[in-house]
Amino acid sequence: MSSRVRIKDQWNEQRIFSQRTLGALLVIAVLVVALLARLSYLQVLRHGYYMELSQGNRVRLDPIPASRGLIVDRNGNVLANNEPAYQLELIREQVPNLTDTLKRLVELRLIDPDELEDTRRVIFSRRSFDSVPVRLRLTDDEIGRFAVHRYEFPGVDLATRQTRHYPYGSLGVHALGYVSAISEQDLERIDRASYAGTTLIGKLGVESAFEPQLHGHNGFRQILVNAQGRSVQRQGAYAPVLHSQPPTPGEDLILSIDLTAQEAAEDGLGDHRGAVVAIDPRNGDVLALASKPGFDPAEFARGISRSEYAELSDSIDKPLFNRALRGTYPSGSTIKPVIALAGLTYHLVDPNKPEFCAGVFHLPGSSLLFREGKTGRHGWLDLTHAIAKSCDVYFYGLAATVGAERIAAFMAPFGYGELTGIDISGEKPGLLPSPEWKKKTFKRPEDQVWFPGETVNFGVGQGYLLVTPLQLAHVASVLAERGKSFRPRLVTAVRDVGGQLEPIAPIANPAIQGVSSADWDLVINGMVGAATYGTAAAISKGSSYAIAGKTGTAQVFTVSRSERLTQKVAERLKDHAWFIAFAPVEAPRIAVAVLVENGGFGASAAAPIARKVMDAYLLRQNTAAETATPESEAAD
Amino acid sequence: MEDTGYARTRRTLFSSARLLSVLNLDGPLLVGLALLAIYGLAILYSASGQSIDTVVRTVMRLALGTAAMLALTHASPNFLRRIAPWLYLFGIALLVVVEVTGVIGKGAQRWLNLGLFKFQPSEIMKLAVPMLAAWYLHDRPLPPDWKSLAVLAVIIFLPAGLVAVQPDLGTAALIAASGALLVLMAGLSMRIVLALLLAAAAAAVLGWNFLHDYQRARVLTFLNPQTDPLGAGYHIIQSQIALGSGGLFGKGWMNGSQAQLEFLPERSTDFIFAVVGEEFGLIGLIGLLALYLFIVARSVWLATQTNDTFSRLLALCLALTFFVYVFINAGMVSGLLPVVGVPLPLVSYGGTSVVTLLAGFGILMGLYSHRKLVGT
Repeated sequence: MSSRVRIKDQWNEQRIFSQRTLGALLVIAVLVVALLARLSYLQVLRHGYYMELSQGNRVRLDPIPASRGLIVDRNGNVLANNEPAYQLELIREQVPNLTDTLKRLVELRLIDPDELEDTRRVIFSRRSFDSVPVRLRLTDDEIGRFAVHRYEFPGVDLATRQTRHYPYGSLGVHALGYVSAISEQDLERIDRASYAGTTLIGKLGVESAFEPQLHGHNGFRQILVNAQGRSVQRQGAYAPVLHSQPPTPGEDLILSIDLTAQEAAEDGLGDHRGAVVAIDPRNGDVLALASKPGFDPAEFARGISRSEYAELSDSIDKPLFNRALRGTYPSGSTIKPVIALAGLTYHLVDPNKPEFCAGVFHLPGSSLLFREGKTGRHGWLDLTHAIAKSCDVYFYGLAATVGAERIAAFMAPFGYGELTGIDISGEKPGLLPSPEWKKKTFKRPEDQVWFPGETVNFGVGQGYLLVTPLQLAHVASVLAERGKSFRPRLVTAVRDVGGQLEPIAPIANPAIQGVSSADWDLVINGMVGAATYGTAAAISKGSSYAIAGKTGTAQVFTVSRSERLTQKVAERLKDHAWFIAFAPVEAPRIAVAVLVENGGFGASAAAPIARKVMDAYLLRQNTAAETATPESEAAD
Repeated sequence: MEDTGYARTRRTLFSSARLLSVLNLDGPLLVGLALLAIYGLAILYSASGQSIDTVVRTVMRLALGTAAMLALTHASPNFLRRIAPWLYLFGIALLVVVEVTGVIGKGAQRWLNLGLFKFQPSEIMKLAVPMLAAWYLHDRPLPPDWKSLAVLAVIIFLPAGLVAVQPDLGTAALIAASGALLVLMAGLSMRIVLALLLAAAAAAVLGWNFLHDYQRARVLTFLNPQTDPLGAGYHIIQSQIALGSGGLFGKGWMNGSQAQLEFLPERSTDFIFAVVGEEFGLIGLIGLLALYLFIVARSVWLATQTNDTFSRLLALCLALTFFVYVFINAGMVSGLLPVVGVPLPLVSYGGTSVVTLLAGFGILMGLYSHRKLVGT
């Protein structure tokens, strides 16, 4: 076959050529059909899908942050609002000479020379058309300095952003809380999408507890971007319709706080460490909630530096610590009205039968001696006078008679050892001890025993019992309302964007059962006695309304006389001073608890502060009828 | 009046036809090419971001290509056969020169800087390879025997290999394809075709090891573009978004967001097909493909009218290669084929391919108009 010489066969070649041409045309037809099928699939069947992808490509959502809701006190005084803050921003591609520009900004003292390299790095880490903040929180002086030289700085400009402002500074900071930069932990629990464009989030207090209401809903603006992410107004002839949605501002919060009472509380505490909580016993409204020392929430809102934060958190005075909610202290003698009520309710004491106080109590069947406090010996006292004079010996005996189990059981409904349920977080429950509690808590059998001496100490509020100032204010309100009480609350109403007030109804606690009206009278008389002729007699001087009160002194440390302590340490080992009170006695509108750390005796250190708060609230309220507040006008 | 108008029209048509025949041009093919060029310029204006400069430069290239076409229509088959070996050798020489001293362009040595403009020698081979193959087969009986096939393999794969090492896989594949098409048209046994396909499959497995990283990436991302949406898969994903979002009727001229906002890479060059799909929709693409098919069909018809082996094979090969260009580009942009960097003929911006393609059509028309000069 290979040896055969082949010659060109025109007819055969023509045939091959025609066949192959037809074959080629057939293949072309098949390929064109395949191509059209593919294009139809992409452009007709999947059109919607790809349309969405192309939308997503070219349109970016630019969030418009919602302005945060205001916080006002019960009379409409603004406690927290929003204020523009100025920052210096730079767009790299618009700056002719970056090195020179930065150098001159340093010369104008607008950039710290030490931060020059960091600033440069930040600028180059962003895209050339991004506006990069090079300096935050400008002072008025700096704004002025830049404004004068603005023309020399193309590509550099002032930008404003909303920041939180607290018109009264640190006033009420432990109730209000503060806002601060959104942290990694915050990001885990919030809906990131709704916080796009927002830099601040509530931390602590009302700012944190009511974050969803205060935050509002961010709006958005669609912006056209090209493949580099650069925002473009219009590209060639291409001009699409862009949508936007305005933000919904956060809702305003109406607090139960009374600005004057709050001021009185903080002024009263002065430089002391301590806490004041005042509650309206009729509905649980917290009229004042102070913890000293405080701090300036503005530092957090504008971005706190590491050293500033360290200063706050490392301070021996613990300014960040909310003593009103989280400080737990022995209750001291403030427990006595409740012990007295327990004795009366269990019919284990004859209120009219005087007992003799010789300044010392012998526990029957034991060699232990329990001494009277600073007041020495009281002689013969009935129950009312024992409360008024705060006689320890009387209550040592009463506690021993009633017994620890019954005391603990009776005290529990007053809120001891439990959270009050206030509408901000962070509250501590304190501790209400009982023989049962001791058995459960301690491991070693010898520690599980409840000693009779512990019952005796229980009667005067020493030992394991721990309370917070908020809890004692609540106890005072229970006494004021004779067993009725409400869950303490800071927020009484929410006001939406349209100005519509939505009140939050007070939540009532179960009333204390089984205490007779006569017994309430006896104990309250004792507290009135304390405020008129008893331990805190000075408090009622010049008062136009009747006060019921009770002092307390919580031992910090048993100082032995032989020990010589330095003045400074000794200061911090002094007893904590307590005072609880409510007024006016016949129709109580305010119940107060005051704690002064290392204040010494309750009557001298704590009681005057309570009086100031009550005066501020009750007297102003009496005269406030004529000077109607904006809030009450709105209500008309 | 009516008579005069009719007469005038007749006269115009007659004189046009006479002009065309004097110039050795084919009227329908010329009209098809002109319409395609106009459509292409309109798309290019939009795809280049309304760049007049780009359009002007393309018009200049079209003019250059038209000049080459007009010149080549006068080349007789005999003349073409005579110059085929020399053109081929010249092209090979240039490829070697490029390999040695070529200017680096886009990571590949493809260009020869002639001072006035950059020239791709591989473009010459697109014409020279089928010409030499047709030249070789002209005097030999068809279908080609084994010895002829061996010679043809050398003719085809020497330049294809040189282009592939530049490396320009797309053009190498096109050169090889044009040669292979010619051999196929010459009556290559279908059994051998089948065997070659199997061998190619085996070679693909082996050849994988010799591919450049970016070539491998192209293959991999073709198989699954979603694996690297911002890297190698970006081209394919964005072009499919452009096509799909265009829908049936398109977003309108200069209104394609993918193209105008530069999400579509190489929008005025290799991916211009997607711009057509985005702005004019499926309808616009069908119109474009209809123009291409008309040109191909007319070219095939012209090829069937020639009557010597050289003319037939070369003309048919040029016609089919043109379709292959269109299909590879459209297939690549729509995701049927891997991304191989083949421009859409006569529409994509840049390169010397416009000149080569129009020169090819000039040869085709010349072969047709010289058909009677060759005796049977």
